Amino acid sequence: MPKPEILDPQGKAVQGALPRLGFTGVTDVRQGKRFELEIEGEVTDTVLAEVEKMAETLLSNPVIENYTVLVEESVER
Amino acid sequence: MKVGVVTFPGSLDDVDAQRAVRIGGNEAVALWHGDADLKGVDAIVLPGGFSYGDYLRCGAISRFAPVMDAVVEAARAGMPVLGICNGFQILCESHLLPGALIRNDHRRFVCRDQLLRIENNRTPWTAAYEQGQEVRIVLKNGEGGFVADAETVARIEGEGQVVARYLEVNPNGSVADIAGVTNERGNVVGLMPHPEHAVEELTGCGTAGLGFFTSLAERAFA
Repeated sequence: MPKPEILDPQGKAVQGALPRLGFTGVTDVRQGKRFELEIEGEVTDTVLAEVEKMAETLLSNPVIENYTVLVEESVER
Repeated sequence: MKVGVVTFPGSLDDVDAQRAVRIGGNEAVALWHGDADLKGVDAIVLPGGFSYGDYLRCGAISRFAPVMDAVVEAARAGMPVLGICNGFQILCESHLLPGALIRNDHRRFVCRDQLLRIENNRTPWTAAYEQGQEVRIVLKNGEGGFVADAETVARIEGEGQVVARYLEVNPNGSVADIAGVTNERGNVVGLMPHPEHAVEELTGCGTAGLGFFTSLAERAFA
């Protein structure tokens, strides 16, 4: 997600569009990104640390974005 | 001097940058993103464009191109590096320059002849200008809003790391009208406007951009 102090023009555009469609009461919109990583084997602390590193190095730019890593069980497709 | 111009997949202005380098009196050397070889160049230009389609974030994937390891190492050792537009974004993603560039605050692509003030003429890319000189060169970007936290902005303002500032209008929402910055050492410069499009009378809005390409020579003979 863009850090709170960083302007989010895309979020602002969405926020502007909502009332035009009749949706009211939204005071702010922030737009971020979600990456779904399929991990081989069990998600151990080591694997998690590695994913944190991926988030820090490539997936996000820590200068302007915050990130959180969530682990979800794989779903049968 | 031999000036390398890196071509990434999606670079647009690499050939213009090479041309500007030659008009500026230096030898242009084409460098390839997939090649970690800098071919013995004395300085490097990262040109404008939409490298890797701006996927993920502008410059985020180019930063990890094989050539960038060599560029980062050379930049840290003091080699002059100029990033224009997408090149500026790549330098910020590489953390060679402070801050980051985000979508224009008005959310539209902007293309105009932009007046700038040269705020720092002590870099190898701006030595040909007078301190405070006003120049008009082309600006064209969709994600040119320079941002940094308040502490970083105060630091770069205090250390004279702002290289160029927008005059008349702020075209993209950049904090403190910042159009270009340099690193602490002063050898790496990032600039959102395009001096390589303002080097000949025939095209563009004049030749005020030429100084960015003649500065290297001025510095060498200074």
